[in-house]
Amino acid sequence: MSRSATAPVPRSIRPGAIIAWTCLFVGGVIMITPLLFMFSTSLKSAGEVFDLRLVPANPTLQNYVRVLSDGRFLGWFLNSTLIAVITTVSCLFFDSLVAYTLAKFRFPGRKLVFLAILSTLMIPTEMLVIPWYLMSSSLGWTDTYWGIMFPGLMTAFGVFLMRQFFETVPDDFLEAARIDGLNEFTIWWRIAMPLVTPALSALAIFTFLGNWTAFFWPLIVTTDRDLYTLPVGLSSFAVEQSIQWEMIMTGAALSTIPTLLIFLFFQRYIVRGVMLAGVKG
Amino acid sequence: MTPSDHSGGGTGSLRLWDRLSVTTKQIVWAWLFLAVPILFFGVVRFYPTLQAFWLSLTDWDLLNEANFIGLDNYRKMLADPLFWQVFRNTFAYLLIGTPISIAISFVIAYYLDRVRFLHGAIRALYFLPFLTTAAAMAWVWRLFYQPPPIGIINGFIGMLGFEAQPFLRSTEQALPAIMVTAIWAGLGFQIIIFLAGLRAIPTTYYEAARVDGLGEFTILHRITLPLLKPTTVFLVVFSSIGFLRIFDQVYNMTSNDPGGPLNSTKPLVLMIYQTAFSSYQMGYAAAQTVVLFTILLVITMIQLWILRSR
Repeated sequence: MSRSATAPVPRSIRPGAIIAWTCLFVGGVIMITPLLFMFSTSLKSAGEVFDLRLVPANPTLQNYVRVLSDGRFLGWFLNSTLIAVITTVSCLFFDSLVAYTLAKFRFPGRKLVFLAILSTLMIPTEMLVIPWYLMSSSLGWTDTYWGIMFPGLMTAFGVFLMRQFFETVPDDFLEAARIDGLNEFTIWWRIAMPLVTPALSALAIFTFLGNWTAFFWPLIVTTDRDLYTLPVGLSSFAVEQSIQWEMIMTGAALSTIPTLLIFLFFQRYIVRGVMLAGVKG
Repeated sequence: MTPSDHSGGGTGSLRLWDRLSVTTKQIVWAWLFLAVPILFFGVVRFYPTLQAFWLSLTDWDLLNEANFIGLDNYRKMLADPLFWQVFRNTFAYLLIGTPISIAISFVIAYYLDRVRFLHGAIRALYFLPFLTTAAAMAWVWRLFYQPPPIGIINGFIGMLGFEAQPFLRSTEQALPAIMVTAIWAGLGFQIIIFLAGLRAIPTTYYEAARVDGLGEFTILHRITLPLLKPTTVFLVVFSSIGFLRIFDQVYNMTSNDPGGPLNSTKPLVLMIYQTAFSSYQMGYAAAQTVVLFTILLVITMIQLWILRSR
């Protein structure tokens, strides 16, 4: 970011730069071609799917009406939203609390706790799903919202990311608050948390996206179609539609639109958040 | 009882709290804050990890009691031709997918970094796929790979006058076809991280190099790439782990015969899924997850080793 501030006055544009720009632009269009064709096919009638033109000759919303009419997609959408929102809030709260404690408190066992949590980063979800499934079925958590979201309520990634930011918070601030008689919880919540909002928004983006697009565990822990999340629901819907590609693309579009809309509104924060988390994490 | 309210000081426990030294209070607060998370990490991460190791030594099948059978599951795995096929497939995804995706994303980020005109818009084009759901995009790509007259890629190939390709229906082309989808899905993130890495390089380095009259290639080779090493290592590891754990795309692109045709696209995670949740051989599946864990551990160790020698 420092560079753009000190960017030199535009020099005369060289032909190389024009070629590079054109290549980048064409590449970018290729990148979103799957999205374009997804939307285009979702607007075509069954007979028109064979017509490979990008812009449908007779665009129609009837596929959306048909897909949405039985309410299943709406249910899956609500399930996904609920699960992603709750896990995100939980991660923001607990990951930050743990990170803050590990960054700002001096107590015996601090290093050990940090290393223990950090070491769980190396354990792949795939290794845990069988024990999780065993736990869920013996406790009756299969086919419940709790069963889908309990593994994601706290993440080692979040603790690791937030700790790096809490370490930059000056101790004097916290000390001043302590002298003012604030209790430790209030100091964390009211003094420290507002100082790390960029990191919080980065963590929020990753947690939300991760849970919104999660497929493996929800696929395992749910058999009740009403409890499917959007990706699992879409997958079963697509299998059931067999070769009705316009319907499948409509389902795919419906599960993509929410995150694209969020991106359009928060593009700046999301890109910055990903950069922040990627570089620090 | 709550230590948060020590203004009153009426009850005995509060008086005791007030008598504690600042350091002791800190320790109490710290463990209070950590209590629930430690419980969580213990129950949801550590205990299941140990359990997975234990289950890998049993013949548990969900119905009958688990019996300890030593290393039988591992012996069975080593003798299982399907396991070796899956092992090869997984490493094909990893060893071909990672370098290609890293190379493409670096080149794009390198040039995108210099673009001023519509920078944000072009960056958005590359970044958008990162925000999509893998399961949904797998179906879009599956449509792309369909035979004529539906498949867009075959339509394009036909326009150029070439023969139609079978893609997902061929044992040779299916894996590369799925790999393209996975590379596409990961590019946006990698480009953004490379861009962040490139921006973190202080401009003074470049200015000094230009004063010295170094050419563009020399600058790239001597300054940009070495300074970008931590970013590159991070992305190589991140992308390797992603390809190692590939599942969503394969499962959705080959749902009529998951991992097909003839297991030619089946990665380790899909084998684990089927062993555990289609044939209910939980013990055998657990042994496969231990293999996955071991590979991940090795990759992480290599990363730590490379970054330490810096």
